Amino acid sequence: MSGVSLGLPAVPPRAPEGVGFLRGTEKFPAAARHELANAQLRRNIGKATHTIRAKRLHVTGELPDWEDLRDAGAAIKTDVMSRLPELLEQLEAAVVARGGTVHWAADANEANAIVTDLVRATGSDEVIKVKSMATQEIELNEHLEANGIHAYETDLAELIVQLGHDKPSHILVPAIHRNRSEIREIFLREMADVDPDLDDNPKHLAAAARKFLRHKFMTVPVAISGANFGVAETGTLGVVESEGNGRMCLTMPQTLITVMGIEKVIPTYRDLEVFLQLLPRSSTGERMNPYTSMWTGVTPGDGPQDFHLVLLDNGRTAALADGVGRQALNCIRCSACLNVCPVYERTGGHAYGSTYPGPIGAVLTPQLAGMDGKDDPNSTLPFASSLCGACYDACPVKIDIPSLLVELRHQKVQKSGFGAEAAAMKAASVAMSSAKLFTLAQKAAGLGRVVAGKKGKISKLPPPLSGWTDARDIPAPPAQTFRQWWDSTEGRAAIAAARKDGDR
Amino acid sequence: MRIAMFATCLGDTMFPDAPRATALLLTRLGHEVVFPPGQTCCGQMHVNTGYQPDALPLVENYAENFGDGSIDAIVAPSGSCVGSVRHQHEIVADRYGTPALCGRVETVKAKTYELSELLVDVLGVTDVGANFPHRVTYHPTCHSLRMLGVGDKPLQLLRAVRDIDLVELPAADACCGFGGTFAIKNAETSTAMLADKIRNVADTGAEFCCASDSSCLMHIGGGMSRLQMGTRTIHLAEILAATESMEVTA
Repeated sequence: MSGVSLGLPAVPPRAPEGVGFLRGTEKFPAAARHELANAQLRRNIGKATHTIRAKRLHVTGELPDWEDLRDAGAAIKTDVMSRLPELLEQLEAAVVARGGTVHWAADANEANAIVTDLVRATGSDEVIKVKSMATQEIELNEHLEANGIHAYETDLAELIVQLGHDKPSHILVPAIHRNRSEIREIFLREMADVDPDLDDNPKHLAAAARKFLRHKFMTVPVAISGANFGVAETGTLGVVESEGNGRMCLTMPQTLITVMGIEKVIPTYRDLEVFLQLLPRSSTGERMNPYTSMWTGVTPGDGPQDFHLVLLDNGRTAALADGVGRQALNCIRCSACLNVCPVYERTGGHAYGSTYPGPIGAVLTPQLAGMDGKDDPNSTLPFASSLCGACYDACPVKIDIPSLLVELRHQKVQKSGFGAEAAAMKAASVAMSSAKLFTLAQKAAGLGRVVAGKKGKISKLPPPLSGWTDARDIPAPPAQTFRQWWDSTEGRAAIAAARKDGDR
Repeated sequence: MRIAMFATCLGDTMFPDAPRATALLLTRLGHEVVFPPGQTCCGQMHVNTGYQPDALPLVENYAENFGDGSIDAIVAPSGSCVGSVRHQHEIVADRYGTPALCGRVETVKAKTYELSELLVDVLGVTDVGANFPHRVTYHPTCHSLRMLGVGDKPLQLLRAVRDIDLVELPAADACCGFGGTFAIKNAETSTAMLADKIRNVADTGAEFCCASDSSCLMHIGGGMSRLQMGTRTIHLAEILAATESMEVTA
């Protein structure tokens, strides 16, 4: 050891606690229990995810180079993460050169303060918003409201969630947990000047929302957007959406403020070729998304004349510092993993307690916001998966989510104290470290036959194993283990007979 | 071929019919089956629950017991355990083992196969001469399907079985909800997944629900037993080992 202490590398800060939606109030199993009890929610989510899933399979199947595209997407993203600082500086320089202003926000608090000040400077007390995961993550709407500024969500599903005083339940389809009669009730209750005879015909519901929103587009002078991509080479920001409401926000107001997670940068304009094929097919199951809007700085006399880009860290550097976990930053927020996840399908998004639900959320959220405390709900997220692997198969940029879940479980256990589970695992490890001890353990397991009794099955065990026996039996252990049979006269005779059988 | 049998801890202790059928089947096909008696468990439970250091002795034990150079192939009647050997042992060895262990893990991993992979890819056989006059539906377990990518190999084998009435399972590739300790840590969600799986099995009217992982079968079978359904679970190896002269004792 050298006598000079070089110090430990500083751990980059996680997203701060107490602001933003990166931590629920309950652990996943408890939160899931409430959601599982809601039969309507399960029907709504089951129907929607199965529909999108089938559409996605159809449109990805028709591309002969789909697997190559996935590889390309993964390669570009991996490259981005390996030289993120350089690309971000390039993006900043390009945005500034085209008349935009760039702000760096270390966390949610800084980003909220920057945006609030920018809106205040315009004198407006209203803003219109394009659906944005990043601003949800930092709880921007609530922060603006507390400062006397009202934010109107313009994405139809986001609007439904906002008017319903609810939280989104899905990355792509935030109101996936609502059906149309619920939406009708929300509109009747919350929208001024809505026709009291409004029925639940989707066309009529959309028309009511359009009337409400059109007024906002024409009068509100400030818009806030997220960004699906930020091109380092040109300083171009891009948003893909389905309704055109985002395009209204991006073109009508005088001031445009974009909040972008730093991982959304891509090196070149040409890279969009890959992602604009991967994203819509993976998310909505469409060959192409209806509206792709791209803007580069300020164009005099056309569109917003004041453009600000807020680059948000909020735990991303901390995730990047994890050699294994950083893969989660490759996510392009398509939600394909949610739609194929059997756990998400049953519990919906709220059980995850984060802006980012489902499999990707289960690995991204704990990395952004931490999972340190014993009672931290985020520490239960890596365990909220049966590791079936459907998410990995569906991911357009090939994020190995099951392996990331296993890695985060490892990290969680490393940080935890020695409890009952650790003791049981240790005991199992010792018992299975040699055949001699394992054979003894098998003898002990044979006692299960006594517990099982005449029924030949075990139907009740104490906690935590009651979690199993609440719904499932365990068969009585067999009278003879495999190795006992193998070493028995009967076993040898059976193998000899099989050999003879084969010779015939 | 000289084939070493990895019975798996669960197969050895709770479901010996699966390794027994595997050994009889491969012997009947003319191969020499050996059972390294020092074997125990692949350590998947430890890795998947977050206890990687505790998996190290199990990874070492596996590499030691199956490292014999005279062994041509290692077979396990479990996609899940083979998945662990193939994808997880090196993670544990890299992190906590010696360079020598890493080398042994690489060697052993390359020879370890799930039963249907061994039969179709290595031994080049799909018709194993089995006879099973029953209505059967097949559940492709997640780890064999996605971690190993066995594709339709188990179905190729089942289709070649004499007198079998093979019926398609609706939503076959959906997870049954087992997931190891997931079934206990997230018992309600696991049960909700199981309920759908069992409903789909029931809809087929099959006498047997077949899979190539005893753990998933234990889960599905445990649920069906609670509901007192008549459908039984059976390991793929047991069907493939069944000949006209044999009685199935599932």
